[in-house]
Amino acid sequence: MKQKALMALSALALLSFQTAPKKTASASAVNKSNAATPAKTTAGNAAVMERGKTVYLTQCLACHQVDGGGVPHLNAPLDGATAVTGKDKAKLITIVIKGLKGVELDGEFYSNAMAPHPEMTDQQIADVLTYIRNSWSNKASAVTAAEVKAVRAKIK
Amino acid sequence: MKNNFLLSLSLLAVFSACAQQPGDNPGVYSPEKSAVPKPAGLVADADNAGLKLPAGFGAIKVADGIGRARHIVVTQQGDIYVKLMRAVDGKGVLKLHDNNGDGKSDATTGFGNYGGTGIAIKNGYLYASSDEEVFRYKLDAKGDVIAPLQPEKIISGLINRRQHESKSIALDNNGNIYVNIGAYSNSCQERDRQTGSMGMKPCPILDSAGGIWQFKADKLNQTYGDGVRYATGLRNVVGLDWNSQANQLFVMQHGRDDLHNIFPALYTEQENADLPAETMYALKKGDNAGWPYIYYDPFKNKKIQSPEYGGDGKKEGSSEYVDPVVAFPAHMAPNGLLFYTGNMFPAKYKNGAFIAFHGSWNRAPLPQEGYYVAFVPFENGKPSGKWEVFANGFAGIEVVTGTRGAQHRPCGLAQGPDGSLYVSDDVKGTIYRIIYTGK
Ligand code: HEC
Repeated sequence: MKQKALMALSALALLSFQTAPKKTASASAVNKSNAATPAKTTAGNAAVMERGKTVYLTQCLACHQVDGGGVPHLNAPLDGATAVTGKDKAKLITIVIKGLKGVELDGEFYSNAMAPHPEMTDQQIADVLTYIRNSWSNKASAVTAAEVKAVRAKIK
Repeated sequence: MKNNFLLSLSLLAVFSACAQQPGDNPGVYSPEKSAVPKPAGLVADADNAGLKLPAGFGAIKVADGIGRARHIVVTQQGDIYVKLMRAVDGKGVLKLHDNNGDGKSDATTGFGNYGGTGIAIKNGYLYASSDEEVFRYKLDAKGDVIAPLQPEKIISGLINRRQHESKSIALDNNGNIYVNIGAYSNSCQERDRQTGSMGMKPCPILDSAGGIWQFKADKLNQTYGDGVRYATGLRNVVGLDWNSQANQLFVMQHGRDDLHNIFPALYTEQENADLPAETMYALKKGDNAGWPYIYYDPFKNKKIQSPEYGGDGKKEGSSEYVDPVVAFPAHMAPNGLLFYTGNMFPAKYKNGAFIAFHGSWNRAPLPQEGYYVAFVPFENGKPSGKWEVFANGFAGIEVVTGTRGAQHRPCGLAQGPDGSLYVSDDVKGTIYRIIYTGK
C-alpha cells in the first residue's frame, strides 16, 4: 500500500513538466501592433487597414501567421500568393465565406482545411481582404462591402 | 575427398554459429553486430552544419536539397534510406550513399513513386509507407533493395483525409508492425476548428483513425479488418519507436490546437500558446489516451476535460484514460522518436529517447517554439530525468514568429551502425549526422 503510494509519487516526479528554454525578453511576445506592417496602399485608406488588421488578428492569424507566410504544407501563405493579389475578388470573397479544402494553390497542397466564415459581416470581409491584399509584400486594389454583398447573394 | 567433406562440415558449423548467436532473435536485423565502416576519417563541419550541440558533439551536413525528407533509416553499411513527403522525379524513397567515407552523400538513387512519411528496416526488409499504404522491399546482404519496382503491399486502404495524414510505422521483435492513423480533425467538433462548435458524441473518427493499429509485418494485402486497434484516443502520432528494454511501444502525440480560437471566453491567447502538453505515452494493448474528450495540462499535471465536451479549463478528465510518461510544452509537433542504443555517445545517452520537434505554428500570435531535437534519459525502459534540448539551431533564426521563417524543421531520426545520430529536415531537405568526438 505504502509502496504503491511511493511509486505513484515517483511517477509524478518523473512526469515533471519543464517549460521551453527562455528566449530573450524582447521576443517573449509579438507586439500585436507590429504583427504586420501595412504596406502603402493605393486604394485602402488607413482606417480600413486598421479595421482589417483587427479582423485578421482574431480570425486569420492563427493559421496564416503573423507574417502572412502560412505554415509550410499545412496552411497556405497569403503573402505573395497569386490569388490574393489577383483580379478575381469574387474568388477571395467566396473563400472567406465558404472556406477551402484540398485545392492546389500556386503549385502546392495544404493539409489543413480553411474553415468557412459565414458569420462575418460584409464590411469585415471587405476590410480583411483589403488588409491581406495590402500587407507584407502584397499590393492590390481594395475590396468593398458592396462587392462582398453581391457575391454573398450569388453563392447563397 | 573425406577431408573436403570434413572441411565443409566444419565450415557449416561456423556458419550456423554466426547466424545463431546466443540470445540473438533469429533473423533479427542487428546492425551493431556486423563489421562497420570505420568512422575514423569523420570530421564535423566547421560550423557543425549550423547546429548548436552539447560539448564534444559535432555535426556533418550529409545532404541538402533532396526534397521533403520525412523519416529516415540507416543500413548496417551506413547507407541512408529517406522517405520523401512527395516523390521527386518519380522517386519517393531515396538511398544516400557515401563513396569516399567523408560522411557526405555522393551517390543518390531512388525508387517508389509515392509520397509518405514512414520508413523502417526489420528482418532484412525495408518498410515504407504512403499516406494510405505500407510496402516492403527485400534487402540483399549489402542493404540494397533487390526489386525496387516490385514492392510487396503489406497494408492498404488506410484513411487519408489530408489532415494528420502521415502513416508513421514502427516494428516490434515479434513480427508486428504498428501504424499511426491520425485523426482527420483537431478536436472532433461538428465543424472542424470553428468557433464554438461542440464535439461529436461519441467521436465517430475513432473507429478508423485517431489511434495506433497493429498488423502482421510479413502478411500481404492487409487492411482494417486484418489489423487490431492497438491503442486509441491519440489525435496524431508522427514519432513512434519500439523500446526493446521495456518491450513496449512509445509514441509522441501532437496535442490539440486552437483552444483560444474555438473558445475565446475560456482560454486567453497565452493559454492557447501554452496548452495542452505534447505528450509521450508508453502504450499497452487496449490503452486509450483520451482524445478528443480530454487534453493534458502540463502545469496542473492533470487530464482536463475538453471544452468541446463540457470542460471549462478546470474540470478533470476521466481516469479511464492513460497518463503520459513525459509532458513537453505545447504545439512543438514531435515528428520523430528514437531510442538510442548506440555506443558512440556518452553513457548518459544510452537507451534514452531523442525527439525531433518539428516546431510550432499554433502558438501565434506568440513566438513559435520547438525546431530542435530534445533528449530524455531512460533507465530500465522508464524516463529517469528531465528532458533537455540536445540539438538546436535548425530554424537558423533566434525567434520564429511565423513558421515560414524557420529554414529547417527537424522531422525524422535514425541511428547509424557506428552510433551516429541522423536527423532529417523536411523544409530544405537537409540530412544531418551528429557525431561524438569528445572534443
Ligand atoms: C483553420 C485555419 C485557417 C484560418 C483560421 C483561416 N485560413 Fe485561410 N486558408 C487556410 C488553409 C489551410 C488554406 C488552403 C486551403 C486549400 O489548400 O485548399 C487557406 C487558404 C486561404 C486563401 C487562398 C489563398 C490562395 O493562394 O488562393 C485565402 C485568400 C485565405 N485563406 C484567407 C483567409 C482569411 C482572410 C482568413 C480570416 C478571415 C483565413 N483565411 C482564415 C487555413 C485557414
